[in-house]
Amino acid sequence: MFPELNNLLNTTPEGAEQGKLTLLCDAKTDGSFLVHHFLSFYLKANCKVCFVALVQSFSHYNMVGQKLGVSLTTARERGQLVVLEGLKSAVDIFFRPQEEPHPLQFLREANAGDLQPLYAFVRDALEPVDCGEAAWRCPVLLVDDLSVLLSLGVGPVAVLDFVHYCRATVCREWKGNVVALVHDSGDAEDEESDVLLNGLSHQSHLILRAEGLATGFCKDVHGQLRILWRRPLQPTTPRDRSLTYQYKIQDKSIFCCEPSSEPYSL
Amino acid sequence: MAAAGTCGTGTRSTGSMVAAASTNNVTSFQRRGPRASGADSGCSRLVSIAGTRPSVRNGQLLVSTGLPALDQLLGGGLAVGTVLLIEEDKYNIYSPLLFKYFLAEGIVSGHALLVASAKEDPADILQKLPAPLIDDSYKKECDEDVCSHKMEPDIKMKIAWRYQLLPKMEAGPVSSSRFGHYYDISKRIPQELIETSKWHGFFLPEKISSAFNVESCSLTPGYMKLLQFIQNIIYKEGFDGSNPQKKQKNILRIGIQNLGSPLWGDDICCTENCDTSHSLTKFLYILRGLLRTSLSACIITMPTHLIQNKAVIARVTNLSDTVVGLESFIGSEKETNPLYKDYHGLIHIRQIPRLNNLIYDISDVKDLAFKLKKKLFTIESTSSRAHGRSSCGTMLRYPTAGRVESSQTRDQTLIPCISRQIRYRWTTREIPEYIFNYISGQV
Repeated sequence: MFPELNNLLNTTPEGAEQGKLTLLCDAKTDGSFLVHHFLSFYLKANCKVCFVALVQSFSHYNMVGQKLGVSLTTARERGQLVVLEGLKSAVDIFFRPQEEPHPLQFLREANAGDLQPLYAFVRDALEPVDCGEAAWRCPVLLVDDLSVLLSLGVGPVAVLDFVHYCRATVCREWKGNVVALVHDSGDAEDEESDVLLNGLSHQSHLILRAEGLATGFCKDVHGQLRILWRRPLQPTTPRDRSLTYQYKIQDKSIFCCEPSSEPYSL
Repeated sequence: MAAAGTCGTGTRSTGSMVAAASTNNVTSFQRRGPRASGADSGCSRLVSIAGTRPSVRNGQLLVSTGLPALDQLLGGGLAVGTVLLIEEDKYNIYSPLLFKYFLAEGIVSGHALLVASAKEDPADILQKLPAPLIDDSYKKECDEDVCSHKMEPDIKMKIAWRYQLLPKMEAGPVSSSRFGHYYDISKRIPQELIETSKWHGFFLPEKISSAFNVESCSLTPGYMKLLQFIQNIIYKEGFDGSNPQKKQKNILRIGIQNLGSPLWGDDICCTENCDTSHSLTKFLYILRGLLRTSLSACIITMPTHLIQNKAVIARVTNLSDTVVGLESFIGSEKETNPLYKDYHGLIHIRQIPRLNNLIYDISDVKDLAFKLKKKLFTIESTSSRAHGRSSCGTMLRYPTAGRVESSQTRDQTLIPCISRQIRYRWTTREIPEYIFNYISGQV
């Protein structure tokens, strides 16, 4: 996790809020650093994490996690982390058809129906086990990322249904958190992606949006991060809060600064 | 992700088969700092595979794309286990060259090849690969080009001076280098090299029978057969580590030509809302899954300019690792633009993956253009050309045309009286450097 980002979000691993849906979105840039942040954040907060990793292989997340101070292999062995590796499972299910329902069952079907097997996988992974000791703080579902599901033929409504089911179970019933990454297609006129993004934006409590700079590529500033707090849990705070920062990703950390009011001088 | 070391089957982790950067680099490259242990315990010591090298940043195993200039722009090479997507130029003149360079590099390095095409028989494609340049002949090429510009004989010394200014550039071909070779497009690859190489061909009209059985999957039959073929080769030849007895590990280079074109049975280039719109993206996803779990690298050329639906192009880009776009000037208004006069097109590095890392090696140079000379395909930067230097080490041997005129005017004129032709060529940012050169007598 990035301590700077924790400061901006006003959270610590010990005092992580519960029952929230956090939406990560990126436009014209790569927002995967946010996924790495939240993954290591919740592992450090001693939460049980179900990670649906559809984009990269497990070793990629593991290597970045080690830079951020968590070991995913150890967490997996301890039972704190359950990973669904999308790329590896896709190959398995495509070439060796399974008997029992597989989370990525929709890959074999011509008309991808719904994501019920995936929801069943998440539910089984995060179900609080009633054993004597209090094992983990709260269940967390982390999805990287939902736009891949659209590319694989699942309709946006089915993805929204999946998120709704997960929210009802994980956030409401088990007082956990859900974090998901969605790509904003911008001017690519991807209607399905817009439907998904708008639907999720309305449901989420916290939106982190990584945008590329409007002026193009810059060596010192990699992009702009917009943080939007929605649906305040206390009814006394009326308005949504929003902050904007510019960030630069370094090898093991991130450097955030306020956007300067002066035009960037050459 | 593939790295310089891979595990034996005894330690096959539930994650991907090939481990993270291991401690078993037998190359002289030494990494400082804590190594990622991960699933590396008990890995057998791996002899480094020919034609590969670990990345400077994180020990990622890289292969050359066949064009050392492109390797440099991509951060050292193409990572094993990833997809390089080439967005074809409008008339598909220059993208087959990059495709052929990739395959030729595979043959010269001794890698196995898998060539898939719906248009051309893979055996014919292999016959047309460019011949590798041995180091002496490469120097001769450069000398020929230099002489053709009527440069003074001591220009080479000035090039050496230029090298000092750009310490980060790769040097020219080193005779002992086994990563990245140079090729002569005007000559064909020697037949014996093809015969000694191990290659597999997938020619769609042969593989697909007229009465195809209806699969219950939404992939078009062509893609389905190709995926099964690739998976078969990877499994049989042991590129995914399924055959631990095989002592010599090798890389499989996969080349797929014109993916997405109607010849593959996909009408994504024909209509905006087609029934099989998810076929291509599903194919890419499963292909990437296959690559991540094996020692292979893939190049795909795709006619993205034909795809009607822009959303699909965005999705395809997100599903690929490295994306390079070619834009040729033929038929466009840029053909008459004086800035692009010596080039044949622009090359756009649209995406570079961040693998095992939060950051990536991105070249500072934008505005890249390519030029197809008689024997070589070269990449230059249009913006830094103004300063008399270029982004890629290979291009330092080719003096810019502006220099030719400057040497001609050296005897005749003083600086204020620059000929009109030079003023037309050189923008105001370029002149101070020229003046500096002139004053210091370097020109």
